[in-house]
Amino acid sequence: MPKDGGIGASTKRREDARFLTGIGNYTDDINLRGQAYVHFLRSDLAHGRINDIDTSAAEAMPGVVRIFTGKDFETAGSIPCGWQVTDRFGNPMKEPRHPVLAEGKVRHVGDPICAIVAETREQARDAAEAIVLDIEELPAVIDMKAALAEGSTKVHDELDDNLCFDWGFVEENKEAVDEAIRNAAHVTTVELINNRLVPNAMEPRVAVGDYNRGTGEHTLYTTSQNPHVIRLLMGAFVLGIPEHKLRVVAPDVGGGFGSKIYHYAEEAFCTYAAKELNRPVKWTCTRSEAFLSDAQARDHVTKIELALDADNNFTAVRTMTYANMGAYLSTFAPSIPTWLHGTLMAGNYKTPLVYVNVKAVFTNTVPVDAYRGAGRPEATYQLERAIDKAARELGVDPIALRRQNFITEFPYATPVAVEYDSGDFHRLMDKLESRADFAGFAARRAESEKNGKLRGLGINCFIEACGIAPSNLVGQLGARAGLYESATVRVNATGGITVMTGSHSHGQGHETVFPQVVADMLGIDASMVEIEHGDTANTPMGMGTYGSRSIAVGGSAMVRATEKIIAKTKKIASHLLEASEADIELKDGQFTVAGTDKSVAWGDVTLAAYVPHNYPLEDLEPGLEETAFYDPNNFTYPAGAYACEVEVDPETGKVTIARFTTADDFGNVINPMIVDGQVHGGLTQGIGQALLENCTYDENGQLLSASYMDYAMPRADDVPFFSIDHSNGTPCTHNPLGVKGCGEAGAIGSTPTVVNAVVDALQSGGIKVDHVDMPVSPSRVWQAIQAAG
Amino acid sequence: MPQVSMTVNGKPATGQIEGRTLLVDFIRETLNLTGTHVGCDTSQCGACVVHVNGKAVKSCTMFAAEAEGADVLTIEGVAAPDGTLDTVQQAFHEHHGLQCGFCTPGMVMSAKALLAENPTPTEAEIRDYLEGNICRCTGYHNIVKAIMAASGQDVSKIAAE
Repeated sequence: MPKDGGIGASTKRREDARFLTGIGNYTDDINLRGQAYVHFLRSDLAHGRINDIDTSAAEAMPGVVRIFTGKDFETAGSIPCGWQVTDRFGNPMKEPRHPVLAEGKVRHVGDPICAIVAETREQARDAAEAIVLDIEELPAVIDMKAALAEGSTKVHDELDDNLCFDWGFVEENKEAVDEAIRNAAHVTTVELINNRLVPNAMEPRVAVGDYNRGTGEHTLYTTSQNPHVIRLLMGAFVLGIPEHKLRVVAPDVGGGFGSKIYHYAEEAFCTYAAKELNRPVKWTCTRSEAFLSDAQARDHVTKIELALDADNNFTAVRTMTYANMGAYLSTFAPSIPTWLHGTLMAGNYKTPLVYVNVKAVFTNTVPVDAYRGAGRPEATYQLERAIDKAARELGVDPIALRRQNFITEFPYATPVAVEYDSGDFHRLMDKLESRADFAGFAARRAESEKNGKLRGLGINCFIEACGIAPSNLVGQLGARAGLYESATVRVNATGGITVMTGSHSHGQGHETVFPQVVADMLGIDASMVEIEHGDTANTPMGMGTYGSRSIAVGGSAMVRATEKIIAKTKKIASHLLEASEADIELKDGQFTVAGTDKSVAWGDVTLAAYVPHNYPLEDLEPGLEETAFYDPNNFTYPAGAYACEVEVDPETGKVTIARFTTADDFGNVINPMIVDGQVHGGLTQGIGQALLENCTYDENGQLLSASYMDYAMPRADDVPFFSIDHSNGTPCTHNPLGVKGCGEAGAIGSTPTVVNAVVDALQSGGIKVDHVDMPVSPSRVWQAIQAAG
Repeated sequence: MPQVSMTVNGKPATGQIEGRTLLVDFIRETLNLTGTHVGCDTSQCGACVVHVNGKAVKSCTMFAAEAEGADVLTIEGVAAPDGTLDTVQQAFHEHHGLQCGFCTPGMVMSAKALLAENPTPTEAEIRDYLEGNICRCTGYHNIVKAIMAASGQDVSKIAAE
């Protein structure tokens, strides 16, 4: 049994006390004295040339402070992209300017044109309606293949065309892959769409800019997963404010899922306007606005070919993907369909040859970037759909086909540049088989059939690259940032500890989990450890939370800093105990001289550090505060095996999730309760993508799914209770906690599981359907049934 | 500007409003009770649920003026004055029924309204009742479990975690 509050314990969350009683401090709860409110007038056209903006009538409206347009930001930098992809021919991707407010053209519905600052939100909104825009509508390019056609309208006039880059990976393998596919005994081909999604964290984005003329310091309160990244991007690249004059605070944040990683125009605007107007400026996004301005996700059109030899061994995978970038490059957009996607295309299998081609395309749509899983769900979905289809075409058991091709030895260098450090895919599948009651499936299917329903069983295996990421590696791949994490462990005089971390918690429960690690290492009570995060003023430079990296990278930084604390406290204890440092042991908050009953308590040692009367001052500085920056030397590789049973109503096409069982390998687990919750949430987002969610534009670029009335997210009655397991994982071999990360697994593993189950259900009813695109909505299933005759 | 008066969490509350002021804005901006959240603008998400005269109401879908004289309960008024959590809050804590916390006030207020109507709801009844509350973090698993637990049902057998 783990110690209460230590590593492995399902410690209840300390965050709950404030969130359950309504005293959390989200960004929209922050109101500064004298603040003005900004409303953004956004384009209602997908593409147009701005001829004139007449703000004169609006400026005369009650309460209007000032109206800003693109002209005010002509000397500001472009909203930067943090990753430069190099194409197949060695050329850098195209990287058009992304202005804070539209300059010359509008490029998607929602592109901000004017910012109206007024005394109240309502006055700002009223004044927006009095602005007269003269915008000449241009043809919009929405479909990616049409955008690449000769003579297509260009989203960015200064570029040659709408192709951002044409990426090949591994380019040197291309011919060998082509040959393997030509020579294969069997090739399975799937053409599919990975549907565009809107992340939809429940808290809409908010930004409050503040400026102090006395000190020249800017402060931005914002809904961010990574305040230091925002400070760097906005300060250095957009507004030219050095870090020591810019503080970014991300307080309680109501979910992110990737959408709050990026630096957005509204943050730069509020920071800039607060100085211009010498008063705080606040923006609160409405949900309707969020649909038009939060980075969207996925949106791949893919053809995958899986080659097998006569013994059903996988010999090659070849994929061709069109990836939608939207109108501008969001912060990490180019990395998603490339390095976070191509490197996972070997999956859990020994496929020796892989070639991934990705054409990234500009269109007149909202920018696309990372969302829970980010590239890895796209990789898993196509690969596992292809394997399932291959099993069906070859008449073999889909589990046996997977098992036959599993990687079994670790470390394992894949043909797509990554080295899996650990794993045991057969054990995961064993666990799944025993827990999902496959033996009982036939009876459950018969029962469903009695009720006029078709029942299907879908299986899926996946592996992901998390714990993002080794800085030197990602630097070679085009990242313009390091991806280490930081922690400062400040031990106070009476022994309590404050940990300042660059990780950011927006639902993950870091304030509960991180103290478990530090307390466990020191043998003290977790209640003695407090976590500070989210404020650049009191945390070391850190890269924030995404890519399932917080425990693997941020936790490791905390371990390293705590190790430094232990080393120093042992020195102090050896002085106090007049013993050799090598003989000092720390256990349960007591320093003991090995083999004796001489000891000194944790609190006495920490007090000595700050009241150094009896202290080796000639050899050791007083004080007890240590910082560590941890840069991982590999990704971590969580993996899983999932099973889903669905019921399909052949009359209506409605799909119901009947059972969902998981077996995950997250390595070591710090707080099983928290991990359960992460898996539940990830599964539900994946089920949402598989069954419900679809972000869709009409041919003119109008967003058709622009509210919760039109964009269907899972509600409580769309999902069942889940049966999940993550016990006995294989520990990560290269970080000190042996952890792999759990935040994205559910979203990565669930989409193919669901769709495989739907296809299985339809086939069981004699309906010859081998693929239905997501979301597998009633209308799509019904149409597929009708088309199959 | 017209004035509105109501009782909020047992205390009298009065303020100036515009005709178009929504109840949620009055609660958040005028009364500074920021526990009630706004997650959408189409009355779908339920982050703004409060009780008005004992009934669960989406406070983004009601004008402040309509609450004249009403008895309003927000999330801030649910725990005991000494901070002790009520049964539903405690169950959400015990069963990890919240993550980012943004939908939580609305979830708790809806759950309380459900249990007032139906003291021992089934899983299906809970899932059905929560159709007006969206959570993006928890997958609802632990929310449903917490509400069942709050109603005194044994949840130890619910699908292994």
